[in-house]
Amino acid sequence: MKVVFERTKGLTNEETHYCPGCTHGIVHRLVGETLEELGVLENTVGVASVGCSVLSYHYFNCDMTQAAHGRAPAVATGLKRVLPQDRIVFTYQGDGDLASIGMGEVVHAAARGENITVIFVNNAIYGMTGGQMAPTTLIGQRTATSPQGRDIQSHGLPIRVSEMLATIDGASYIERVSTHNVKQVVRAKKAIKNAFKNQQEKKGFSMVEVLSSCPTNWGLTPEESLQWIEEQMVPYYPLGILKNSSVITEDIR
Amino acid sequence: MKEEIIIAGFGGQGVMSMGQFLTYAGLKEGKEVTWFPSYGPEQRGGTANVSVVISDQPVDSPVIDEPTAFLALNKPSFNKFYSHVKESGNIFINSDLITNYAKRNDVVIHEITATQIAQHIGNERIAGMVLLGAFIEKTGILSKESLYSALKDVLGESKKHLIPMNKKAILEGIHVMQD
Amino acid sequence: MGKVLMKGNEVIGESAIQAGCKYFFGYPITPQSELVAYMAQRLPEVEGLFLQAESEVAAINMVYGASSAGVRVMTSSSSPGFSLKQEGISFLASAELPAVIVNIARGGPGLGNIQPSQSDYFQATKGGGHGDYNTPVLAPSSLQEIVELTDEAFRIADEYRTPVILLGDGMLGQMMEPVDFEVTKDNKEFQKDWATTGTVGDGPPKTITSLDLDDVRLEERNKQLQIKYKKIKATETKVECYLMDDAEVAVVAYGTVSRIVRSAIKRARDNGIKVGLIRPISLWPFPVEKIAYYSNKVKSIITVEMNAGQMVEDVRLAVEGKVPVTFYGRTGGVIPSINEVHEQILSMVNEVAK
Repeated sequence: MKVVFERTKGLTNEETHYCPGCTHGIVHRLVGETLEELGVLENTVGVASVGCSVLSYHYFNCDMTQAAHGRAPAVATGLKRVLPQDRIVFTYQGDGDLASIGMGEVVHAAARGENITVIFVNNAIYGMTGGQMAPTTLIGQRTATSPQGRDIQSHGLPIRVSEMLATIDGASYIERVSTHNVKQVVRAKKAIKNAFKNQQEKKGFSMVEVLSSCPTNWGLTPEESLQWIEEQMVPYYPLGILKNSSVITEDIR
Repeated sequence: MKEEIIIAGFGGQGVMSMGQFLTYAGLKEGKEVTWFPSYGPEQRGGTANVSVVISDQPVDSPVIDEPTAFLALNKPSFNKFYSHVKESGNIFINSDLITNYAKRNDVVIHEITATQIAQHIGNERIAGMVLLGAFIEKTGILSKESLYSALKDVLGESKKHLIPMNKKAILEGIHVMQD
Repeated sequence: MGKVLMKGNEVIGESAIQAGCKYFFGYPITPQSELVAYMAQRLPEVEGLFLQAESEVAAINMVYGASSAGVRVMTSSSSPGFSLKQEGISFLASAELPAVIVNIARGGPGLGNIQPSQSDYFQATKGGGHGDYNTPVLAPSSLQEIVELTDEAFRIADEYRTPVILLGDGMLGQMMEPVDFEVTKDNKEFQKDWATTGTVGDGPPKTITSLDLDDVRLEERNKQLQIKYKKIKATETKVECYLMDDAEVAVVAYGTVSRIVRSAIKRARDNGIKVGLIRPISLWPFPVEKIAYYSNKVKSIITVEMNAGQMVEDVRLAVEGKVPVTFYGRTGGVIPSINEVHEQILSMVNEVAK
């Protein structure tokens, strides 16, 4: 029999702890496949963050360091700056980790043009702690800490992280993708690959924001969740490349 | 032999550098030395002071509560430390800037017209160096040669051109004490 | 090279470089800023790397990353910034990552001031961050001792895979005295096969983490840490005793304050008072045995600190009530004078004589 599809070597055989219908698993696979296809698995060190993906070090089949809440870009900076030139360093962070407590770290890593790849999984909620409001929670979205729905008066407006980081000169590649259908997953894969290739080519800071689902905390079925991404999240968080300017980064350096 | 010296004045009068000249000179003579500055906002315009200990024995406290020598470059600094000077200690005063004070009889006060002497040499900012010259002449703790040589270490390449003027000021200070 | 004159902060930097530390992540704060500037200047000269982080929080986490990669790495700060590093130090301790963290302490609490202080003693010696952990804490009292203890700090960090604190104060950081860098150093090489440097050439993926959701396994990790701490206590305690042989009363002091105390002791000795100094060099592990030993010999002990009374608690625990233990301290960045300390010694002697 001919093998037409195999589990990527980029992931371990460990069964993930993610909830049914959560798209973290898809994003993991895309990162794992990318590392395998680029042939860099042995040269890669990943940085796990705090949140649902805190245990991602069990799943990625490469060396992994687990960082304090929000600090993954700083830890990745420390790793990248001292490791041999051919090593690939990435962070895998959620929206609570990256966009709230760790906003400072990611902004400054981008400003330094730190040659790392950031995988930013945005599901508009804190998953691990039980569905609280995140900086990316949409207006009107009900969460454990915005039970009446997020309102502008008391909670302010959601942050578009990719647009913000795209304004930073040190950022080389910024793209927002989604996981809500097969076509988008294929695009997401391409973006993730670009982000890692960028690092191989020493172009500086790359980030892929992946819109992702949280059926458990959104109170929706997996299918409804994918629909919710498309109908609610994508309009506020438009997909596409927001920055691809390695030339500028090179000039700065 | 041991001297515990406090040098005090306005920020910008060269207080810290004067302390460093003494410290480097002490090191050159194989003596034990410490240099401890007042640091922080007062450096920028307020009063600044530095404590220097030069000794034949290892120095314990770099902090001085009863200086054996006090070099005062302005009135506020003079007031701050005057009463603390150890009995029979030496006080070197720039008498162009410090006047009208209650005389202490248990210490030796050397009033030196340091600003006038410095102006005569060509730059009133080296007034402190006149006091330094007077200090080494009076106490004999350091030779003028080591002090000269310390100028080079502290001023470095970029300020090398200031060495002759500083030497002159030190020498004038020595002369004042000899007269 | 012979003896050179440098500021204490610069001596720490040079000592670290000579101990093989080529990586430094820092953030400016008075009175330790000269160390950051020194590293920025010097590290590129030795093909190392200096990076100014966006905050103390980022700096300690960069250290975490660099240490994960197996290199000798340092960061430094002063009290408020040292507080910010505590989460990272807890993570380093749990993940068993070696690193040297310098605290050139200043007056507190809060923003306090920039004058020298020892009020971070508790924070440094009792863990400082969350969770059951300790970090070795070394407290030099002179610039020459910085050379020796910085080297030791890196050795201990690698030997036990633990963060180590080098604790000084503004006086130590700002003062100058001659130092000789040509002293015996520990040249021990450490294999760091645990480092996450990529799996290339070395087998299955490695993980560095401080997380374990399984309570029994996390307890096991804690037990291992405690075993390690016990070993450190047994082998890495450092203390100096000065004029203690015939002492009837003892002063306990560490760091720069111990130098002021020494001057006061000499003054008291000149007046025929038999007083000596016990100077903890490692504040954790604390020299419990030495203090316990002398508590059987002296009549009274006074602890002198630049704080409201912190180390005195450890002294009392070591003395176990055998002799009276009193305390004298100045706070807010005020340095106690030789006279003040001398008078405290005199009044202690009078008290004992009653």
